[in-house]
Amino acid sequence: MKLELTAEQRDARTAFRAFVAAEIAPHAGRWDREEAIPPHVIDRLREQRYLGSNVSPEFGGAGRDMITYGLLTEEIGKGCSSVRSLLTVHDMVAHSIQRWGSRGQKERYLPLLARGEILGALALSEPNAGSDAKGIETSAADAGEHWALGGTKKWTTFGQIAGLFLVFAKVGSQPAAFLVERETPGVSVRPLKGLLGTRASMLAEIELRDCRVPKENLVGRIGFGISHVAAAALEQGRYSVAWGSVGIAQACLEASRAYAAERRQFDAPLADHQLIRRMLTDMIVDVRAARLLCLRAGWLRESGDPGAFMETMAAKYFASRVAFRAANDAVQIHGANGCSDDYPVARYLRDAKVMEIIEGSTQIQQMTIPKFEFQEF
Amino acid sequence: MDPVQTKIKQFLSRFFKNHDLQPEEDIFALGFVNSLLAMQLVAFVEKEFGVAVADDDLDLDNFRSIQAIAGLVARKTGAAAEAAPA
Repeated sequence: MKLELTAEQRDARTAFRAFVAAEIAPHAGRWDREEAIPPHVIDRLREQRYLGSNVSPEFGGAGRDMITYGLLTEEIGKGCSSVRSLLTVHDMVAHSIQRWGSRGQKERYLPLLARGEILGALALSEPNAGSDAKGIETSAADAGEHWALGGTKKWTTFGQIAGLFLVFAKVGSQPAAFLVERETPGVSVRPLKGLLGTRASMLAEIELRDCRVPKENLVGRIGFGISHVAAAALEQGRYSVAWGSVGIAQACLEASRAYAAERRQFDAPLADHQLIRRMLTDMIVDVRAARLLCLRAGWLRESGDPGAFMETMAAKYFASRVAFRAANDAVQIHGANGCSDDYPVARYLRDAKVMEIIEGSTQIQQMTIPKFEFQEF
Repeated sequence: MDPVQTKIKQFLSRFFKNHDLQPEEDIFALGFVNSLLAMQLVAFVEKEFGVAVADDDLDLDNFRSIQAIAGLVARKTGAAAEAAPA
């Protein structure tokens, strides 16, 4: 077994790092305070082909391999979790269409998503349905040539600016997935503010009132909306969140290392104090372990292995917890400075907490991962 | 049981422990099918037999038994062979 990146992957990572260092990381604190990503930043992501980069070249996408895709997500996530969350949800929609969309849906939407000309957002959660995805109350009724959707979606990441929603609704008691363009009559968007973390993710509540979409906008088949379409989207999302969590943990490590080397207390740098070193040790080892789990998940996803589902879940579970532990310790190492806006670690902590909740909470993973184990042994 | 059915049975057996799954047996009726199995089954069929499961194939009857899955594989591989240049 050879555990190393290819020359192309290393070169790609170098380019991602340079972009993030120049155009993302220096501004992430301000975007967090302003609770928005400026349009010119999204333009730059488009130009770099960082949006929808999982789309196949057949439909105009960059077709990045799973490892390179992960490296991109780590680097963006290290600079700004809100920008990373744009990539996450946009690519979840692209992945769902690529996986279960009809030929017509692929030809219509994938090139637009690959070029970032339209932003995708996942509309699954509702005021009364979070982890229990099958408990959604949004309905879709047969209205001749259309589906008539009604209901309310909540916590829709980048819902404020997305042009295409992948909406989950029930046809009778059967879950199904629908593509809903923003301009469709009956769609109204209400921005959500004051979130704990990933505050620049431009969340929204989406209300659908007799929102009529063409029959051909059904993704997959009725009855398979959660088990296959949402499952595919969430699997993609977990992969992205896992790598993004590694990015947060790495950012915590780098910030803590720099601060511990520079800050002096008791006539010595913090780095010379043993209890600080213990926290740094955990961060150093944890971030490496989390990255290895992500690489393994990426390798299995790249080969289409059925085991990728379990490994991606394990990577997300571990990496999101690592990110939170690392961020918690990073704030501790920074002391009062860590509780201020003068350093990024308070933002890392708020963002890391979100990672333990989205795309399957820590507790959902704790209920699901043992099922895989019992299945194998 | 043909080689395709044997491979499908080997894959499914991990989900149906202590049960000798028969080719025509309805796996949904056995009550062990959940979304974890559903997604892994699609990935298994695609990787093992080199076919692409598409939106049109999302029909429980295509996945209901070893025989049904083997039938899906046969149709997909037959269609791929027909589409290939002579």
